[in-house]
Amino acid sequence: MIPQTFEYTAPKTLDEAMVLLEGGGKPLAGGMSLIPMMKLRLATPEHLIDLGRIKDLDYIREAAGELHIGATATHSSVENSALVKAKCPLLAAAAGAIGDPQIRNVGTMGGSVAHADPAADYPAALQALEAKIVIRGAKGERTVSAADFFVDAFTTTLDAGEVVREVVVPVEQAGTGTSYMKMPQPASGFAIVGVAVRVRRGGGKITLARIGVTGLSNIGYRASAAEKALEGSAGTADDIMKAAALVTQGVDANSDLHASAEYRKHLASVYAARAITAAASKA
Amino acid sequence: MKINLTINGKKYSPDVEPRLLLIHYLRDVAGLTGAHIGCETSLCGACTIEVNGKSVKSCSMFAVQADGADVLTIEGLAQDGKLHAMQEAFWNQHGLQCGFCTPGMIMACKAILDHNPNPSDDEIRHGIEGNLCRCTGYQHIVNSVKAAAAAGAGK
Repeated sequence: MIPQTFEYTAPKTLDEAMVLLEGGGKPLAGGMSLIPMMKLRLATPEHLIDLGRIKDLDYIREAAGELHIGATATHSSVENSALVKAKCPLLAAAAGAIGDPQIRNVGTMGGSVAHADPAADYPAALQALEAKIVIRGAKGERTVSAADFFVDAFTTTLDAGEVVREVVVPVEQAGTGTSYMKMPQPASGFAIVGVAVRVRRGGGKITLARIGVTGLSNIGYRASAAEKALEGSAGTADDIMKAAALVTQGVDANSDLHASAEYRKHLASVYAARAITAAASKA
Repeated sequence: MKINLTINGKKYSPDVEPRLLLIHYLRDVAGLTGAHIGCETSLCGACTIEVNGKSVKSCSMFAVQADGADVLTIEGLAQDGKLHAMQEAFWNQHGLQCGFCTPGMIMACKAILDHNPNPSDDEIRHGIEGNLCRCTGYQHIVNSVKAAAAAGAGK
């Protein structure tokens, strides 16, 4: 499988890249989704702008109670980062669940987020973390919430010429339990359903519940009804089962050869119950 | 486009088309046919090599992306006619049947021990999630990694 011919430029700085992108270039990060699409000629960009040589995009750092993940930080660097594991374990768990080791060595945070695959792992975690996406365009930067960033399958708020510069997640407060559980498609590792959960307790009750779901629908979403059911409850096994049953409420589930919509919804409740139980046991 | 790369310690400076995939460069231009083309959709792992010390699927990377990189393929594992401990372990533990997945599988298994010199069975299986063996000989592959670990193949 050979992609259509294209021009290739590998700028060293983001400023250079922005000029090239404004001229109609397509950004290439790790390429773990884009290159297979180009080989199948589902994508036929005329000019690839490789962001992989821009050193200023590859970082993971902490500032003012938040973690900043540069666009070209690979999944394996997020998964193995001592900082992420200690301060935002849910994100490390989601990164470690992506694809396989070779994919994680090359695929990037920014690339995955911008690609917005409905079965990707990050969207569940980013929704549960109420993450922010920092977007760089010709006119400067703007920041959007994960809730607003993902619009539809493979569709985000990114305009032509814009790129994801970094993803910002909160440093997890002490006493918060988190878990990411998914049913992977066995060959590709993509989530048939994936559920990311954050739970905090106080005074014998669940004081905070955040539940992100991926794979089920066209975009990763927050299961608000399930969160509301859990918050204020004692977090017993019964409370968890009741909340988990609500994660698919009001959601239009996808159906494909791997799983029917009905089965996906069933799986979502099962995996939600497991992830909430695991998170609550750590809270 | 002119690129420079080091493969198995030897320098190469080819002029390549941007769309040339790294696996095609290795096999068709450099003549290194050890890494195999299986699925071509980045699922099977038969094309696994190392780029700058990290295992990657060379069917899903353009040669131009490897400009300046240090590449290691299965051909570079044996030193002075002596097999790498992982190759030796595959030999002794019957870690291969038809052999098609073996070059990629050995590279992936080497990468497991590079990060974790004494992995558990689960860690080994997690580490080869990106490599498919259609003979389904996974148990002997796991045994091979354990034997290589016992022989001190990890860094």
